[in-house]
This record gives sequence, structure tokens and C-alpha cells, in this order.
Amino acid sequence: MGGYFSDIFYGSKSLLIGMSITFREFFKPTVTVQYPYQTLKMSARFRGHIELIADEDGKPKCVACGMCQRACPSGCISLESVSVDIEVDGKVKKKKVLSKYDLDFTKCSLCGQCVENCNFGALEFSKEYNLASTRKEDFHFNLLKRLEERNA
Amino acid sequence: MSLTLLNVIVAVVIAIAFAAANAAYLVWAERRGAARIQRRPGPNINGPFGLLQPPLDGIKLMTKQLMIPGGADKILFMVAPVLAMAPAIMSFVTIPFSEGIAAHNMELGVLVIFAFASMGAMAILFAGWGSRNKYSVMASVRAVSQNVSYEIPMLITAITVVMTTGSMDLKMISMAQSGGFWHWNIFPSLQSPLMPISFIIFFICSLAETNRAPFDLGEAESELVAGFHTEYGSMGFGLFFMGEYANIVIGASLTTILFLGGWDCPFGMFPGVWWFLLKIYLLIATFIWIRWTFPRTTIYGLLNLSWKILIPISLFNLLLTAGLLKVF
Repeated sequence: MGGYFSDIFYGSKSLLIGMSITFREFFKPTVTVQYPYQTLKMSARFRGHIELIADEDGKPKCVACGMCQRACPSGCISLESVSVDIEVDGKVKKKKVLSKYDLDFTKCSLCGQCVENCNFGALEFSKEYNLASTRKEDFHFNLLKRLEERNA
Repeated sequence: MSLTLLNVIVAVVIAIAFAAANAAYLVWAERRGAARIQRRPGPNINGPFGLLQPPLDGIKLMTKQLMIPGGADKILFMVAPVLAMAPAIMSFVTIPFSEGIAAHNMELGVLVIFAFASMGAMAILFAGWGSRNKYSVMASVRAVSQNVSYEIPMLITAITVVMTTGSMDLKMISMAQSGGFWHWNIFPSLQSPLMPISFIIFFICSLAETNRAPFDLGEAESELVAGFHTEYGSMGFGLFFMGEYANIVIGASLTTILFLGGWDCPFGMFPGVWWFLLKIYLLIATFIWIRWTFPRTTIYGLLNLSWKILIPISLFNLLLTAGLLKVF
């Protein structure tokens, strides 16, 4: 019989404690981000799709060595280059210049091997995470064009 | 058209409008309140503070097709949502909002409201049985056993109040408590020293009778999809939803009249309908607060609470009040 009344007493007490917690929470500020209107700033180590890094002139730092292409386990990077004659200290030298850099993001597993393998610091992860589409073609990125758009 | 008929029509229109407006905006209040407790903003896109959300939800529900599942009992299936809403609106007729504002004051007001309230269980039973869905049947069995077992302590506590007042007339019960909060039935009196406990029992029972969380076993989403209204879409679901909120308003009104002095002001100033509305909305806010605090009980816990705790205590209270009424 003693257990009966103490059950009622402690039961009611715990209910009141629960209600006091929700009462206090009611007056605290909200913590959610209003997504389409506000977006979160991604952390430094966030891995989006890869992006080319520009040098001071706005040209890609990439020397078209193709290490990233070889390192990619999914085979989603394809790049092409053309050799261009440029003058350095009065001599004409041939230099490889990146002419195409395509990323097939549908295959990418975001492993980061390409960024890891780049000896020239020419690749980075973008902070883009609003990637949703109903068409496959939207995930074939032309990174050279994206770089130009970012420079503009 | 005679004047009395006109009166009846006006009263019914006002009752329906009041019930519908409350149902719509209590959903909004519930969603905003829940959101605040969970530290989110809640519906805030449509209109200022999301105030246009309820009418838009209504339009959405009304433009949907009313589907009747194959093999369902068509008549019961169609009748159930109407039965959920109609008694709730009818109960508004007897509730006195203030001394002059009552559609039709009846001498047996308490009885009338309890009679209509018990029809709610029938709507749930019809809906569950008519849907031809295992989840719905299980939910309606639960809800009916719950409603039956919580009606007993609720009625016993109501009888305790009726005995001390000596009237079943809601207006008389409310008038008997006028003149300051110390006259209210919630506080212990010489005749009935356990009144605060009766109030708590009545409040718990009105939560259970309206199938509100933590006693919403009739629609236990985590176990029974959506319980008795699993098969309902469109305005069939809308009527169940509105009926639930209309019942909450009636439960709060009844608690206010029986225990909190009706339209009486706690300090004896400006008695009027606003005190009544303030009290019922405070009670409804507590309903919402409780819903978003406690998890759902089990059916065993629910029935144990009623049969092992609420009924013995309310019976003891009834006997004590009956004895003390003889003494004093």
C-alpha cells in the first residue's frame, strides 16, 4: 500500500519536472536554419565536388600533368591540353596549357584522391552542397567554364 | 419565420463558426507551440506568423478526392467523420459563455454534454470498423476501451461538483462560484476538502476523453499508421481533426465551468465572457504543453491509471463529499 501512494507521488513529481523543462525550452530562441532563405557556412574540411584554383592572372594553376586523372578510382576526371609557344626570357618555349577539364560528378565518390595527388595545389573542394537535379547532364561539370564564371 | 426559429439558426451558425474557427486556429497554435518547445519556428511562411496556414490547409483538404477503400462498409465509413464533428458542435449549444451568452441553457446541461461526449467513442468505433483495416480496428478497440474507462472517473468527479452545488445547470454551477477565486470549486471547501485532486482527475480524464497525447492510443502513429483514421483522406480526415479540436474546447469549457468559476473574475472585477475565454485558452495551452512534453503511454499503463488510481480516488472523494455534506 505504501508503494501505491509513493508511486503516485513520484510519478506526478517526475511529470512536473518534465513540464518545467518544456516550459523553459519554450522561451529559448530557436536554433534551426531557415533553409531556402538561410544557408549554413560549410566547415573548412567539407568535401564538395572538386574545383580548379586560379593563379594571380585568373588562369588555372593546373599544368595538365594528369595525376588527378590517373589517381581517380572512379575515372570521373577527363582533361585535355594543348601545347602553346610562349616567350620566357627571350626564348620561345613550348608549354602545356589546360584546354578541357571535365568532372563526371555522377561517378565521383568524393574520396579526394585527386586533391591529394595534385603536386601543384591546383585543386580544391568546393563548398557547394545545393546539388540536386532531375537530369544526369547537370552533374557533368566543365570546371574550366566554372573557373571563368567565378573569375567574372 | 418565428423568432425562436431565427434564434436557433443564429445560435447554430455561431456555434459552428466558433467551433470551426477554434479548430482551425488551435491547429496553428498547436504547431507553433510544439515548434517553440522543440526550438524551431513552426509554420511561418504563409502570412504573418504563418497565420494563413489553417485556411490554406482547409482548401487543400477540401480539394482532395474522398476515397472509399474497397470492401469498406460505405455507410459506417461515411457516417463516422460526421459523428465525430456533430456532437462536438451540439455540445456548444448548452455551454454558457457568460451570464447572457448561451445558445440554449438547459437544466441538465452537465448531462447533455456528457451524453454528446460519449458519442465520440461511437464515431471512432464506426471509423475503425467501417475502414476494413486491421490497424483501424485495433486502434478503435483501444480508443473505445480508453473512452469507456475514463468516462467513469470523469463522471464521478462531475457528480462530486454537482452534489456540492446542488444543480446540473451549467449556468447555476458557474454562478455558485462567483465573487472571487476563493469561491471557485478548485479550492478545497468544508464540504469537499479534496477538490484540487478532483480537478486534476477531471483534467486528466478530459485529456484522455479527447484522445490527446499522452493518451492518443487511438491514433498511435508509431504503431498503427494513423489509427482509426488511417483510411480517411480529404475532408473525412479534416472532420476528425476538427472534431478533436472542438472536443478540446468543450473539455476546457467544462473544466472552466465546473472548477474554475466560469466567467467569474478572480478579483471580482469586470465579470464577462473574456474571463471565460481567457480561462479556456489557458487550459488549452496546458493541453498543448502536455502533449509536447510526454511520450505516449502504453494501453496497460493507461487502463491501470484509470482503474487502479483515478477511479478509487474519485470514488473515495465522492463518498467523503457525500458524508461531509450531511455533516455541514
